[in-house]
Amino acid sequence: MELIAVFPDPPPPDLARTLDLAGYHWKAVATADDAVRNEPQGGWAGAVVSCAADPDGGWALCRALRRRDTPVNPLVVLVNGGQLADLQLRDELFDDFCLAPFHPAELEARLRHSLLRDGSAAREEMVEYGGLALNLETYQASIDGQPLDLTYMEYELLKFLAQNPGRVFTREILLSRVWGYEYYGGARTVDLHNRRLRAKLGEEHANLIQTVRSVGYRFGQSRWGT
Amino acid sequence: MLDQQRDYVLRTVEERGVRLVRLWFTDVLGNLKSFAISPAELENALEDGMTFDGSAIDGFSRVQESDVLAMPDANTFEVLPWGDPKSVEARVFCDIHQLDGEPFAGDPRQVLRRNLAAAHDQGFTLYVAPDMEFFYFAPPERGQGPLPLDEGGFFDLTTTDVAGTLRKETIRTLETMSIPVEYSFHEDAPSQQEIDLRHTDALTMADSVMTFRLVVKEVAAKQGVHATFMPKPLEGVQGSGMHMHLSLFKGDDNAFYDADDAYRLSPVAKQFIAGLLFHAAEITAITNQTVNSYKRLVPGFEAPVHVSWARNNRSGLIRVPIAKRGNPSATRIEYRSPDPACNPYLAFSVILAAGLRGITEGYELPAEADANLFEMDDAVLAKLGIDTLPQSLSDSLRAMEQSELVREALGEHIFEWFLRNKRSEWRSYKTHISQFEFDRYLRSL
Repeated sequence: MELIAVFPDPPPPDLARTLDLAGYHWKAVATADDAVRNEPQGGWAGAVVSCAADPDGGWALCRALRRRDTPVNPLVVLVNGGQLADLQLRDELFDDFCLAPFHPAELEARLRHSLLRDGSAAREEMVEYGGLALNLETYQASIDGQPLDLTYMEYELLKFLAQNPGRVFTREILLSRVWGYEYYGGARTVDLHNRRLRAKLGEEHANLIQTVRSVGYRFGQSRWGT
Repeated sequence: MLDQQRDYVLRTVEERGVRLVRLWFTDVLGNLKSFAISPAELENALEDGMTFDGSAIDGFSRVQESDVLAMPDANTFEVLPWGDPKSVEARVFCDIHQLDGEPFAGDPRQVLRRNLAAAHDQGFTLYVAPDMEFFYFAPPERGQGPLPLDEGGFFDLTTTDVAGTLRKETIRTLETMSIPVEYSFHEDAPSQQEIDLRHTDALTMADSVMTFRLVVKEVAAKQGVHATFMPKPLEGVQGSGMHMHLSLFKGDDNAFYDADDAYRLSPVAKQFIAGLLFHAAEITAITNQTVNSYKRLVPGFEAPVHVSWARNNRSGLIRVPIAKRGNPSATRIEYRSPDPACNPYLAFSVILAAGLRGITEGYELPAEADANLFEMDDAVLAKLGIDTLPQSLSDSLRAMEQSELVREALGEHIFEWFLRNKRSEWRSYKTHISQFEFDRYLRSL
């Protein structure tokens, strides 16, 4: 029988009860390591992650479950009303969400729907902007057709920026969305990586990444023109 | 995350047609060591590491426990920007482990990691920006002295400036390898160059310094020029230093900054400086590790001789540059004695340990010494309580030997080996009879 990973360990009683009543087989996991240790043969059939009590731990787990050779699908997160903003720019980390405290029937419906779809929505494979091209399948970046050699974190940062052209991001948002909360280098890490990326993009394309004074960074042209 | 990172490296090797992956690490004296593996072995190497015989490396294993494990740090994977584009090569820095998985005590990178972790336990992250000085010479024959390429002075601009072209090419190569450059210029002495690296965390910077030295030499060699980081290659002109700009951060805040202080320096900064001053003699063998290093640390050539600090006095050991207004995060101190022939992992380790000791023990910062110390005589200096740095490798080894701080920072293994190795260097030097002695004594005595 297919097994669903549930966070936190132990899960809130109403969550455990809803899953039991709906007939799901599940196992509580406390950390990403825990999820690896307890993973059944054939992998997790899905995951329900409640971020209500421990948002940092919850999102770290989502990230770990998604950033693997075989990401866990579908993934449903529970957030409370004050945490809705946390969902922004984390679209790749979950398939659906449910507001906590939840109505048991709603959570059950969302789970059923997600499991049916099995998170098989087609994923974007290429990100292109001007002369820059990122192939998300092969992790390769190029500029004007020339390969661009990046370290892993440089690639992740460029990917995130290029997927959201024209938007201004603070250093804190970039740090939490690209590096995740587990990184302790602070927002300066973001500056250092942007500086390196600009150098690698070369003089001609360095302005693809713009510093927005006392706010943060923007990739490409402002959507309002400049 | 780690899965994804490994996947990224493996896919890049495949997509870019990388033919050879060089595993880099550093010996105790700071020499870059490398062995190459084929891409087919890389996945296994990232997972389990590569075993090799450490007894072949200076300062690594004793023979009976000779095998060690090189674990690639996937975050440092870079495609090398030189060589044949048809057979691309890449490099990755390694941490060395014992076969049982424990960090290997003879690996300088592990030593720095341990010291950075200790700082992190107190909430501090160390950032470093070194000013790298070096000389370009015509390739020397064995036994031959240096032959300068130019007679240019500071900031000189000449149309046929070979060195300028080399410097530009060097910077381009560094930037494609994730090493941003802040400034570069022609230094005071003929054929001398300076390239200032932009600050980053200490571990990344130590890796960057290793890459930097290789890039400078590679780029020069391609044009038939020899680049050297020898601290004092030419008599009578300035030597090559590696001034280190240092700052501690606590999260996103510069822990050295205090808006309310006259010097804009926090108590943490003052204690850190006090720690460096107090332990300066003990750590000098590590920051200045050759016989030749001490020919640079003499009066009159902008190199420090005295253990002192000041805001704007380039004759002291520590300078506190005036940070640009309204930019607290640029607050830093400049430690001026190290030279570019040091092992950056070990140098950062002992510098950090000395500064942290100042913080944990709450050392008192001595008064600023803002006069030109080179013009004071010894009696005045003694009255001010200003010591000199060790005057020779032998002096600095003696100071290090007594230092419980350096023993702890380096670990027993490297501490013992380094002292043994450097004492033997000093003994060979002491028995050498120099040109100076022939000129001075042979005919007159």
